[in-house]
Amino acid sequence: MFYRENGQFKTTYRADQQIFPIAQDRIAMFVMLAIGFVAVPALASEYMFRAILIPFLIFSLAAVGVNILVGYCGQISLGSGAFMAVGAYAAYNFFVRIDGMPLLVALILGGVCAMLFGILFGLPSLRVKGLYLAVATLAAQFFADWMFLRIQWFTNNSPSGSVSVSNLQVFGLSLESPLAKYLFCLMLLAVIALLAKNLVRGAVGREWMAIRDMDVAAAVIGIRPMYAKLSAFAVSSFIVGVAGALWAFIYLGAWEPAAFSVDQSFRLLFMVIIGGMGSIMGSFFGAAFIVVLPIFLSQFLPAVAGIFGIEISTAGVSHAELMVFGGLIVWFLIVEPHGLARLWSIGKQKLRLWPFPH
Amino acid sequence: MAFFLETLLGGLMAGMLYSLVALGFVLIFKASGVFNFAQGAMVLFAALAMARFAEWVPLYLGITNLIVANLLAFVGAGMVMFVVAWVIERLVLRHLVNQEGATLLMATLGITYFLEGLGQTVFGNNIYKIDIGMPKDPVMILESTFEGGILINKEDFYAAIIAAALVALLSVFFQKTATGRALRAVADDHQAAQSIGIPLNRIWVIVWCVAGVVALVAGMIWGSKLGVQFSLTTVALRALPVVILGGLTSVPGAIVGGLIIGVGEKLSEVFLGPYVGGGIEIWFAYVLALGFLLIRPQGLFGEKIIDRV
Repeated sequence: MFYRENGQFKTTYRADQQIFPIAQDRIAMFVMLAIGFVAVPALASEYMFRAILIPFLIFSLAAVGVNILVGYCGQISLGSGAFMAVGAYAAYNFFVRIDGMPLLVALILGGVCAMLFGILFGLPSLRVKGLYLAVATLAAQFFADWMFLRIQWFTNNSPSGSVSVSNLQVFGLSLESPLAKYLFCLMLLAVIALLAKNLVRGAVGREWMAIRDMDVAAAVIGIRPMYAKLSAFAVSSFIVGVAGALWAFIYLGAWEPAAFSVDQSFRLLFMVIIGGMGSIMGSFFGAAFIVVLPIFLSQFLPAVAGIFGIEISTAGVSHAELMVFGGLIVWFLIVEPHGLARLWSIGKQKLRLWPFPH
Repeated sequence: MAFFLETLLGGLMAGMLYSLVALGFVLIFKASGVFNFAQGAMVLFAALAMARFAEWVPLYLGITNLIVANLLAFVGAGMVMFVVAWVIERLVLRHLVNQEGATLLMATLGITYFLEGLGQTVFGNNIYKIDIGMPKDPVMILESTFEGGILINKEDFYAAIIAAALVALLSVFFQKTATGRALRAVADDHQAAQSIGIPLNRIWVIVWCVAGVVALVAGMIWGSKLGVQFSLTTVALRALPVVILGGLTSVPGAIVGGLIIGVGEKLSEVFLGPYVGGGIEIWFAYVLALGFLLIRPQGLFGEKIIDRV
């Protein structure tokens, strides 16, 4: 009844091409932004910020990056953890080695380094496809793991690659409180997500999607596969690199190469597939699902066991968590293989006809 | 020269063990088009079952003969793997027919988590050992040809022989038996196989069972080498370059790929490692596989990928 485009006439091409053509969507977006920037900071507790909100924001950003590569360009990548690591360590080097380097510039330079690394390991995609490529991208993952563990120069000569940063500031404002960290991440996420959304709506995004759907056909109609694939790798690994730098700087503070292991790559791919491939919105859903689920399980399982009077050990809980997590993922893939974003769009369709579906 | 040969032989034998794990991947991919990431978890699960059964059989049944106890444990673990295969087919694969490769891949990752959790819940999460009575002492060979001879590890040697025997057995099974022929038919074309009356679901159960048994053998050998513990799942990550190097659809490819990767890893670690700080085995295998892929994108023995518009 309330959600329909009847009566919203578009008289200019500009109006027709905007991101949210339906007025209600625009209003909903502004409400969401208002909630994110005003309501959440006013209401959330410190634990919420640290355990849920900040990881959610950072992983959303990373998932947007992975989604561009996997969802829009169709190149399955298991090397996202490596791109995060490169972003984090590159930003660290810029931040520590150059005096007075602003945090924001360091983060972006970290992203640029991740971008170069991504282009390098994206080169095989010109020749290798599908699952072969997925496994080949693991090369990037293991290479990065090794590089930051063994080459001391990258980690400022610290043994075993563990480094830390402190005293973070942006434009003279301290980034020590969880609230400030949250707002900083949220702002970066909002800007990059907007840029990404516009990229995938534009010419580049259409090229990526053409390559994803059938690369030979795309080449036939004049899309350069090399340009399209490498630009997808570049944009994706830039965003993932920035997210990695944020994860290290803002969330962890002190980290070692194991923070960006192959598990991280799998988690990111889970987010994209559960959220919905080829959907910026889906990345947020996927990130929320994967970030919140383990926390929920670790709180919920002991409580359930308590009801039945079973004492489970910490190890038992973590094993049960693994089982439930794996089971839920499989169940989810069976029920909705196109991800949460599909559910969202089905819901929107239904809402347009509601309450008179016939 | 002797040292080089020693490294080479060590690499070849390690390669046989990799190809044992890689075989599991290839079997399932060939028959159902699923890239089974859970193979590593299956190896761990099977090894855990085997180790615990080998512990429980003397304890509860009073059988102290090592060979009989191990045999019983092997059969028991094999049965467990049958059940696992059946449940996976019933609950997961059957519902995911015709989905995209990425979705199936993720589903097997979900299975991986589940199996890792289940295995450690049921069988415990300590380090267990499997003792199948393989001799562990190294021997010298070719002492007349080279000064000092070549040192090989007897355990590795027997493991390589077991692996080779299993591969031969599987080849016969695939080429000569009716079931094997049906498996190959399904691998070639699901629809055509179904239309001549081959039951797809049963074939999938069989393939997952065979992969389960392969995982069990791999778990047994790796377990007796390294001890049965959680890190056994990383064996799958070591075997992945083998699979793509040899080609996802080729059984001989898994063997040849395993040998190449095994030799490449060992030689690079020994002769290249000292210059760059060591520990390069794992990524070198991937880069080696990548190098081969750039020349043959479908792996050495994989079916040629033909793109039609």
